[in-house]
Amino acid sequence: MARFGMVIDTRRCVGCMDCVVACKTENQVPEGFNRDWIATEVRGKFPTLSMEIRTERCNHCDNPPCVTCCPTGASHVEEFGKIVLVDHDLCIGCKACLASCPYDARFIHPEGYADKCTFCIHRVKEGKDPACVAVCPTRCMHFGDLDDPNSEVSRLLVSRAHHALIPEAGTSPRIFYLTA
Amino acid sequence: MIELTTTRANHLVDPGLHVWAWQIPLYLFLGGLVAGMMIISGYFLFSGRWRNTRSACFVLPSLSLGLLSLGMLALFLDLEHKLYVWRLYTTFEWTSPMSWGAWILVLVYPALVANLLLRVPGPLRARVPALGELSDRLVARPDWLRWIGALNMIWGGLLGIYTGVLLSALGARPLWNSALLGPLFLVSGLSAAAAFVHLIAPDVRERELLAKADNGFLIAELVFITLFLIGLISSTEAQSKAAGLILGGPFSAFFWVGVIGLGIVLPLTIQLLAVQHRVAHTPVAPLLVIAGGLALRFVIVQAGQVSHWARVPGL
Repeated sequence: MARFGMVIDTRRCVGCMDCVVACKTENQVPEGFNRDWIATEVRGKFPTLSMEIRTERCNHCDNPPCVTCCPTGASHVEEFGKIVLVDHDLCIGCKACLASCPYDARFIHPEGYADKCTFCIHRVKEGKDPACVAVCPTRCMHFGDLDDPNSEVSRLLVSRAHHALIPEAGTSPRIFYLTA
Repeated sequence: MIELTTTRANHLVDPGLHVWAWQIPLYLFLGGLVAGMMIISGYFLFSGRWRNTRSACFVLPSLSLGLLSLGMLALFLDLEHKLYVWRLYTTFEWTSPMSWGAWILVLVYPALVANLLLRVPGPLRARVPALGELSDRLVARPDWLRWIGALNMIWGGLLGIYTGVLLSALGARPLWNSALLGPLFLVSGLSAAAAFVHLIAPDVRERELLAKADNGFLIAELVFITLFLIGLISSTEAQSKAAGLILGGPFSAFFWVGVIGLGIVLPLTIQLLAVQHRVAHTPVAPLLVIAGGLALRFVIVQAGQVSHWARVPGL
């Protein structure tokens, strides 16, 4: 079974927010909330500044603390693609998963349950890319099976320098950012 | 210079996590208080002090039931998907401290009711004579009472530790990520419970005993807080920064004045003098201890939510 992940080329991302709009439209994310967002990191001292623009979301970690802390089993790892999901009918809205996520990737949906990125599992099951990947105008986002050495994401990770977010938290995130 | 900006502005999450307001600190405090009361009451049963007809162990179970229910009401009020609360009891998730807590509470209630049967309140005895008969049968079997006492002490200990483990299992918040939080909350709960019993105990000797015990609990609490902070400071950069939130950061005044000064050091000084009969026992010290226990939960829960891993190295 596949283990889906995402590789994002920060050399191409311009922070246009098409991915954010696509996610909100595709998943009917309520107004005022975001399943994905743009982070801009600026380093250095003028005039020698560097900037990295990233599209961020749930990292669908291999070691997801949101799943282990959930008291009802609502947060779970789906067998299909090892995608981390929330079963709305099991969630009691205790917010332990929000507190357990080092990326603060979750929020409480106005209907009361914890919500977050699903990697657009409904699209992926139909053989399509997640909505954010599909609409990216600079083609900076890549989605695929990290366990398949011949997948585009695996080949990119082998050939390009990359980093993940907060690896020291020990969650083994599955979203990688290409830096060179 | 490193500057990080984000377009995200999710409610309860940005600009800093603030998912838990007053309900969770209150629930953790009342859970710890009841845990301490169960251990004290259980000890009184186990050691045969129940033979003293004025012992506090006769009133503690009903008070514990009320306070624990109040705590669970606070927990319920915190839930965002309230109508689904019953889902807690359709599964047992062994990796989730919250699931452990939900099931521990199921065990705690029968232990408290068994303790309550030691002396069924008059009106209830009159209305349900069978309860009175059961109580009489129980009192005639001291070995059963010892078992009930032991059960109350064990479940009380589990409940008290769980209130701290609930937070310490959340590794994304460096301030909470310490194995000492469980024992700290347990000893703080014992201290608040000893102060509470000190306030309400009808028997003077019990009051004196609990003032002495509370002094020991307060000293132990100070030791655990010190070790907890040393552990954080000597750990990762994220945990060291988290300790800074309460040692010199935005929560430091509340921590040093409310928790350490007014909640532990001042009442400990008063009670040390009182047990040596150099000053009279007053309700001031136990009231400060109880308020300090509540303040500890508030400062740990709120500062813990602010603490976080650095989003990017060096930030």
